[in-house]
Order: sequence, then C-alpha cells, then structure tokens
Amino acid sequence: MRTVALMLTLTAAPIVALSQTIPAPVPESEVFTREEIGHALAAPTPEAGHTAPSTANAPEDDGQWSMPSKNYASTRFSALSEITPANVRTLKPDFSFSLAINKGQEAAPIVVDNTMYVVTAYPNIVYALDLTKPGAPLKWIFAPKPAPASQGLACCDVVNRGGTVSNGKYIFNTLDGQTIAVDVKTGRAVWRTLLGNINRGETITMAPTVAKGRVYVGDSGGEMGVRGWIVALDENTGKLLWRGYSTGPDADVLIGSEFKPHYVADQGKDLGVQSWPPQAWKIGGGASWGWVTYDPELNMLYQGVGNPGPWNNEQRPGDNKWTAGIFARDPATGAARWYYQYSPHDEHDYDGVNEQILLDMPFAGKMQKVLIHIDRNGYVYVIERNTGTVLSADPFGPVNSSKGVDLQTGRLIVNPAKQTKLGETVRNICPTASGAKDWNPSSFSPKTGLLYIPHENMCMDWMSAEVNYIAGTPYVGALVHMKPGPGGNRGELTAWDPVQRRPVWAVKENFPIWSGTVVTAGDIVFYGTLDGWFKAVNARTGELLWRYKVDSGIISQPISYRGPDSHQYIAVLSGVGGWSGAVVSGPIDPRDGSAALGMVNVMSDLPKYTTAGGTLYVFSLPH
Amino acid sequence: MYSRSPISVVVLFALLLAGCNRGAQPALPADQPGRSVVIDSALDPGVEHSLVTTDPRATAYYNNADAVNSGKRLFQQYNCSGCHSNGGGGMGPDLMDDVWIYGSRLEQIHQTLVEGRPNGMPSWGNKVPDQQLWQLAVYVRSMSLPQTLAAQTDNTPSQTPAPVPPEADQDAGWSPPQATTNDYTTTTPGVD
Repeated sequence: MRTVALMLTLTAAPIVALSQTIPAPVPESEVFTREEIGHALAAPTPEAGHTAPSTANAPEDDGQWSMPSKNYASTRFSALSEITPANVRTLKPDFSFSLAINKGQEAAPIVVDNTMYVVTAYPNIVYALDLTKPGAPLKWIFAPKPAPASQGLACCDVVNRGGTVSNGKYIFNTLDGQTIAVDVKTGRAVWRTLLGNINRGETITMAPTVAKGRVYVGDSGGEMGVRGWIVALDENTGKLLWRGYSTGPDADVLIGSEFKPHYVADQGKDLGVQSWPPQAWKIGGGASWGWVTYDPELNMLYQGVGNPGPWNNEQRPGDNKWTAGIFARDPATGAARWYYQYSPHDEHDYDGVNEQILLDMPFAGKMQKVLIHIDRNGYVYVIERNTGTVLSADPFGPVNSSKGVDLQTGRLIVNPAKQTKLGETVRNICPTASGAKDWNPSSFSPKTGLLYIPHENMCMDWMSAEVNYIAGTPYVGALVHMKPGPGGNRGELTAWDPVQRRPVWAVKENFPIWSGTVVTAGDIVFYGTLDGWFKAVNARTGELLWRYKVDSGIISQPISYRGPDSHQYIAVLSGVGGWSGAVVSGPIDPRDGSAALGMVNVMSDLPKYTTAGGTLYVFSLPH
Repeated sequence: MYSRSPISVVVLFALLLAGCNRGAQPALPADQPGRSVVIDSALDPGVEHSLVTTDPRATAYYNNADAVNSGKRLFQQYNCSGCHSNGGGGMGPDLMDDVWIYGSRLEQIHQTLVEGRPNGMPSWGNKVPDQQLWQLAVYVRSMSLPQTLAAQTDNTPSQTPAPVPPEADQDAGWSPPQATTNDYTTTTPGVD
C-alpha cells in the first residue's frame, strides 16, 4: 500500500502553472461609440474660460506632497518643472527602499518637512525616511500589528491606499478597521480609534481625508454584506464626531432638512429602506472604500459610495439607495446636502468610489464649479457641485451595459441585453466588474487642460447564483469570467478633454493600468504598469519619453516633490497585487478563471511577467 | 549505489517504512481509546514514520462519490467559494495545487474547517453539522486530485470532483522531496 501511495505522488509531479489562455477580446461591434451614448446639457463653450482648480482648493505648490491627492482639488498636479520632455531621458534612480511586504502596494508616498512617509499593505507598517541625509535613512518604524484574521476579509488583496500628514501627525487606516494618528517626530501613536468590526466583514483600505481638524474614514467590505458608512473623527483625539450610513432610515444616513437632491428619484422619505426588500439594506453594502474629497471653497464633503450587495441583483430588487453613487455632505455634521446615483440598482459591481476632481470649468457659456468623476460604469461625469446636477456624461472605455445617461432624470439607461440573471450566463458585458476604471486616481493639468485617466479595457461573462448571508464571509452570488475589451489591450492611459468631452490621445497597455497618474508642470505624466514598468509620457502627445523596469508590478500612486536640495524628485512604490495583480501576490491558481471574482480569467498570464515585491523608488535627474 | 534507479529507491524506502511500522511503537497519545482525536498539522522532517494520527470518522468519506458531490454543493452554500473560488482562490488561498499550509489529509482539512486558521479562515465547528464539514473536507481534498484536474474542461475547475481514494492520504507524513537529483538519506553504512 505504501509503495502504491509513493508511486502516486511521484507520478503526480508538481507543476507550477504559469498561465492559461487569455480569452479572445470582445468585438468592437459589441460596444457603443462615444457619439452614440455620450450626452451633455449644452454644447462645449471653451471660449468661456480656462479650466483650473480654484486657489482655495489647490493652493500654490509648496513642493511637498502632504496628502495622496496632492490638494483638496485632487489634481495630482505638481508645479515642479525641472524634469522636462527634453531631459527626462536622463532620469535615474536616486535611492530605493524595501517595504518588506510582498503584497499589493497602492499607497502614495507622503513628503512633509523633508521626511517621507510610506504605509505598506497589511500589516500596514509605516516607515519614516529622512530625506536630508544620503540614502534617506529611517527615522522610525511604526508597526500597528492589525489582527491577522482581517486578511481573510479583504476582497481584493490586503491593500492600503495611503496616509496623510496633518499638524504633525501621520494619519492612516489599518486593514482590521483602525484609524491611527502617529506623531511624526516620535513615531508613536497619538491615538488609535477602532471603527470596523471584522466579524461583520468590515475592513478599511482607503486613505483618510483630513481637513479642518477632522478625519474622514469609510469602510471596505462591499463583497461581505457590510452596511457601509463614513465617519468623521476629531483630528486631535480620534473621537467620533459623526457617522453616516449608506443604507437604512434617513436618520442613520444623516438625511434631514438640508437634503436637496437634484433628481426626483432621490427625493422621498427613507429611500435607504424603501428601495430594498425588507431588511436587505442591513447587509446591502455601500462601502466607502475609495475617495472622499473635502471642498474648502463650498464647504462640502464628497463621498463616493460603493456597490450594493450581493452581486446577485435578483436578491435585492429596487434602486438600492444610497449605493453606487455620491453624497455631498456638511463636513461638520455629516448632514447630506445632495446625492446622485451613478448606477441605480447596480447589476455589475460598479462602485461609485473613484476620485472626485474639483475644477472651475467653462460650460454652457459660463464658468461653473464642477466635480469630475470617472466612474467604474464607464462614463466621465461632469457634475455641477453646488447642486449635484450632471452636466455631461461620456464614455471613456468600452460600454454596452448601458446606453448613456438620461440628463433629464439623471438616470443611467440600462441595456436590458446586458442585465445579469440568476442561473444564466450573460456574455460580453462591458465594462467588467472592476470597471472601465477602478480606484486608481487620475490627474489633471491646468497647463494642458487635460485629465490623465489610467484605466482598463475589459469586459466579462456573468452568471448570478443564489447566495446566503453568513456574517464575516463573502456575500457575492455571481460566477464571473473577465476578458479583454475590443482590441485586446487590457489597459489604456487616456488624456481626456473635459470641456470638449473627448479623448485627445491614448496609450494602449497590454495590462489594465492599476496605478494612479501624476502630471507635472514640465508636461510629463508618470504612471506604472502591472508588469513593472515605470513610465514617463509627454502630457501633450502621449509619446513615451522614458521608462524604468522596477522589481515588481506597480499599482500605487506616484508623486513629485522638491527635495532638500531644491531638485525635483519622483517617487513611486512597486509591489504587484490588488484585484488585478492578486494572481501574482496570491496564493491563487491561474487554472481557475473564476478565481479572484473572475479577474484571473483575464490576468492568468501576469505571473509570466512579474513576481511579488514591494519597494519604494525615488528618481531624479543627474545633479 | 550511484547507479540505483529511482524506482528501487522508492521500493527500498517503502520497505523501510513498512519495517518501521512493524516494529514496536509506543502508542501515540491520540491513539488511546476514549480520547478525543487530535490531529497534528506540524510534520516533523527526518522521521521515517508519520506522526499524523488518524480519525476513524474519516473512513466513511473515502471512495465516496456522494460525499464529494455534497461537498461541492455545500462549498457554494456556505460561501467557501466566495474566498476560494472554484479552487483557484482569491480572498483565501487556492486549494487545487499541491501546497497545503495546514495539512492535506482529510482529518487535517476537517480540523481546519472546525477550528479556523489565524490568517482569515473562519471557524465552522458547532456552526455546521459535522457530517457536512467532512463532506466539505473531502471536496477540498478532491480538488487537487489528478483525476479531478484532468476532468476540467473549461476555465472553471472542480466541477467534476473525483472521489478521494484512501491512497491519497497514505503518505501524509514527511516524505522525501520529489525529483531530487541526488538522494543520500537512505544510505545506511553497512547496508548498501
């Protein structure tokens, strides 16, 4: 018997499966064109003014990078111009630093007072590096030691999207649901506040937004049947100031007399209960795991809200408010001012959590205060941000799940042919579940007037299945297999003109782009790829000017800062992972196309291109 | 001895193992009647017998097609697939390869289901009927069987899970790494 057993194990020799076949791209004829489904309330009027953030939202660049979005306008524009298209070819690594964690690194390095701060993926270690000394030695390390069990509740790798320095504290979140403020001088915690309960599936991966003495934090767990929320904490003590839920009665959502939504569909009492089957709102998702933007100019807080749960939409008939949309709130009280739902009764996992970029932009013959949001559902939304009125909505990626946005009602026009169904595989739905673009933020240059959108070109097959709610386990109910979009290139960097509502140039990438972009006054856009190239392209033409191969794929947020020597530096984290890169940072077997919520079907070749890693790279010109 | 074929190494090693089994062994604590069964996950390299104890409850689930198919259904119903997909993993590790963090024997998989594991695996003991946990364990064990892998026809594996033969768990203790080029571990002075 033993001989038989040993022979069996010998013949079943271990094979490291590097990849499966990538499915064929969805044909071009299956998606709508921009002309077919793009809409605006008025024709472009570029002569009415120059598009730029206000100085209140984007003060003059001090050369630091104190928050992931660079400024409250979230432009990620660096006014530094030492690096230019003429000299970027000589850009070279200045120093690197191992993060010691080989999981997806999504954070932006932070630079304040000549110190750089980096937070890693779980276990969320914070490093402070002294930029005034050669090689940037460590000043301190802060290890928060989050609960290991939280790793089993993170839908899409154990990522962290960064921290913020404010008033001498580095403030960040941990996967197990804490917000922590660390004294930048001592490296010791000033306060730690526990917000999430992992036994209910609540984790935190987002970067907190800090403004006027308050820290804004939202939860993750839209795939775990959480009831999503956003909180405000006192910046000095960590004490809870208010909490607004994304579902449930108006009182819990902080909807009161100040609430003036623009569209009829969002007006009514307790829609956070009424737009769900009985009790379903209690486990209905709506996590705020992406970007929360503070607007000092209008004294408003914009909160992106994630997908409803479960993914099987037949278990939750109704509009499922207030998921897959955006709240404008009073920053002091949390009271909702307006709300807009990008994807009512979402059937495709189109979270509404992507970045909000605050600009003054010409529209209909006059300058308007707009919020630009580039949604998972495939549209660039330009929203008048006093009222929440959609001015225009145009597709920037492959779209056939909807046929445009009705600008009279504000409602997404769902394509019935691509609605998801129980027990039936609906094929070639575009965009895919992770969206035409996921969380990774765009940048905007006031010099070029263009948005630099790092995004995906992917579609999917979807079959819904019945799912039971079991606290602390996934609440999904869908078998998904992703595939490339038209053309076969899975990623794209698009330079988008929000005034003319059209792309100016685009760079095709083999893999979906999962890093953010940063644009500089030298007219260069920096971004990274999943296969580990850090690239510089001309902001006016998209021409590739420089590239450098790092140790692992890039899914983080590059930054540009002025060093102690007054020279311009570019910093980025490598470390493949996240939803798209989990097939590498795993453990995931590429033979299962349904793995990682169907992402592996379209990413099974990535292990041939990169391995797990995690390193800070800093670049500069020779000087 | 350098010309010895791999097959003869295997046979010799198997004979050595058999010899050990025949020898007088002190009963492991868990073998004593009336004690609740404890299964070791940590396997000690360098010993020529398995320290893994057996659980008589596992016996009924070998060569049991009904059990493995019930496990397949339960794997969806209890949201195991939410983390482990159809064996390829996601939030949790993949289960269809030959890497077993907490042991590959049915008893060990069952134990993992009952107790949970520290990096995110929930504990299901007393929450799910024990028979169902065994059915889940045998489905998980089946995912990486050559027969199950061979039956995969599209990009969704583990849809035709093969029953688990008892032989699959016969050698759960330390065994020599496979495909080594040189192996001196069985060279005993005076024997060869």
